[in-house]
Amino acid sequence: MTDQHYNFAYLDEQTKRMIRRALLKAVALPGYQVPFASREMPMPYGWGTGGVQVTAATLTPDDTLKVIDQGADDTTNAVSIRKFFERTAGVATTTATAEASVIQTRHRIPEEDLTEDQILVYQVPIPEPLRFLEPRETETRKMHALEEYGAMHVKLYEDISRHGHIATAYAYPVKVEERYVMDPSPIPKFDNPKLESRALQLFGAGREHRIYALPPHTKAVSLDFDDHPFDPSKAPHPCGLCGAETSYLDEIITDDRGGRLFACSDTDFCARRRAAGHVGPALEAAL
Amino acid sequence: MTPLLSVHGLTKTYGAQIGCADVALELHPGEVLGVVGESGSGKSTLLSCMAGHLTPDAGEVVFDTRAEGPRDVLKMSEPERRMLGRTDWAFVHQNPRDGLRMGVSAGGNVGERLMAVGARHYGEIREAATDWLARVEIAETRVDDRPSTFSGGMQQRLQIARNLVTAPRLVFMDEPTGGLDVSVQARLLDLLRGLVRDLGLSAIVVTHDLAVTRLLAHRLMVMKGGRVVEAGLTDQVLDDPQHPYTQLLVSSVLQV
Repeated sequence: MTDQHYNFAYLDEQTKRMIRRALLKAVALPGYQVPFASREMPMPYGWGTGGVQVTAATLTPDDTLKVIDQGADDTTNAVSIRKFFERTAGVATTTATAEASVIQTRHRIPEEDLTEDQILVYQVPIPEPLRFLEPRETETRKMHALEEYGAMHVKLYEDISRHGHIATAYAYPVKVEERYVMDPSPIPKFDNPKLESRALQLFGAGREHRIYALPPHTKAVSLDFDDHPFDPSKAPHPCGLCGAETSYLDEIITDDRGGRLFACSDTDFCARRRAAGHVGPALEAAL
Repeated sequence: MTPLLSVHGLTKTYGAQIGCADVALELHPGEVLGVVGESGSGKSTLLSCMAGHLTPDAGEVVFDTRAEGPRDVLKMSEPERRMLGRTDWAFVHQNPRDGLRMGVSAGGNVGERLMAVGARHYGEIREAATDWLARVEIAETRVDDRPSTFSGGMQQRLQIARNLVTAPRLVFMDEPTGGLDVSVQARLLDLLRGLVRDLGLSAIVVTHDLAVTRLLAHRLMVMKGGRVVEAGLTDQVLDDPQHPYTQLLVSSVLQV
């Protein structure tokens, strides 16, 4: 039931136009961070205010929305944002990746391959990949403009010198179309290869007032060294519930005696496999 | 022979205040030029203008580039100038904190310039970094320590290593020994002199310490009120100062 006191999808039409203009610019310059006049949203910063604004500007009444938080459809963040758009936009919602036309995500890319008809919206906490090395915004903008990305490798160098391998496991920087270095938001590096997708990917950072985008089929190369190549690693286990060998896993502590369960972080993917008859080792033991 | 760097009519004013006025100089390959003068005499302004950190109001700074021969640095585009700043030029700050990344290990600091010009092989970068640390007398075991755990003298030597790793042809030094105690100063000067001689570096050293110029510089320029009042061979200027201000400067050196 749409709440008639709000404009469609909460934001007023002028704000949505402003965000759409920023989105068009972002799509035209893949990986470039476009400043936009981020609005106060009825939720705290860090809960996806940027993603919500991008979703609001992208939604049409015919869309079907899916919201995921760390891969799951049933965590607080996902549930509250889904309810928010059910109430303010009245759009259909789903948990099935294939049925959604707009997917707002936090920290994951769905396991299932996306299509040209889908839009993936990311919630981004810190859009600036160079922030670790250069705290000044004026300087980082200049570094982007002049393609001075040597410093980016210093971060990876520090990882290797301290840990023996590139220990950056999430928010792993990518170079987009051999031009802009981009922070793919805190997705695990396991998901980095999936950034080259058939879907349109939009990134919104509410607190930092930035929007950026990866159009379909855009090249996004993870940075690495010749002698320490990029490795999209995952936990070396099958999913305990559905037995999947290729999905990204969450480690779940099950008791205080060292018991643990590795399960797909993408709950929709896992449920779908179980419905199709796949059974993982942990589920098998319980039956 | 083409000078490596030639400066003509370099002027920088801060409103009505003169930073430096109508400065001209020439620097040949392998030569070290000292710039001395009291605080506020415009020597740091001059250095910043030449190194591209400040935009002068008038004048030209012609550098003999590797690829295209002599070019006016001030007319270069910013990417070109910054590229020059990372490759053929080096800038040693008085305070090592300005020239180092304090949150990054010593090896990372030295390696950064290599990575900035496209080095992408971890093993080679690390090898170059440890090699340079050894050349500035920092133990190999400290390669993964942060500069914040280093003493002031070590930080300054690290800054020098970080600057010289890309084999620059011209080094700008702003009071390289300022803020260090006397024995550390002596060691640093010794090290610098060795590096300048071995690598055939050209350098412009700004300092208020006449002893530093005596040890390092071949030629000397004395500045006062933004203008060059006297220039010549170091020994000649220090032993037989002509301008009253230079005479004052030389006579005010404390003798122990």
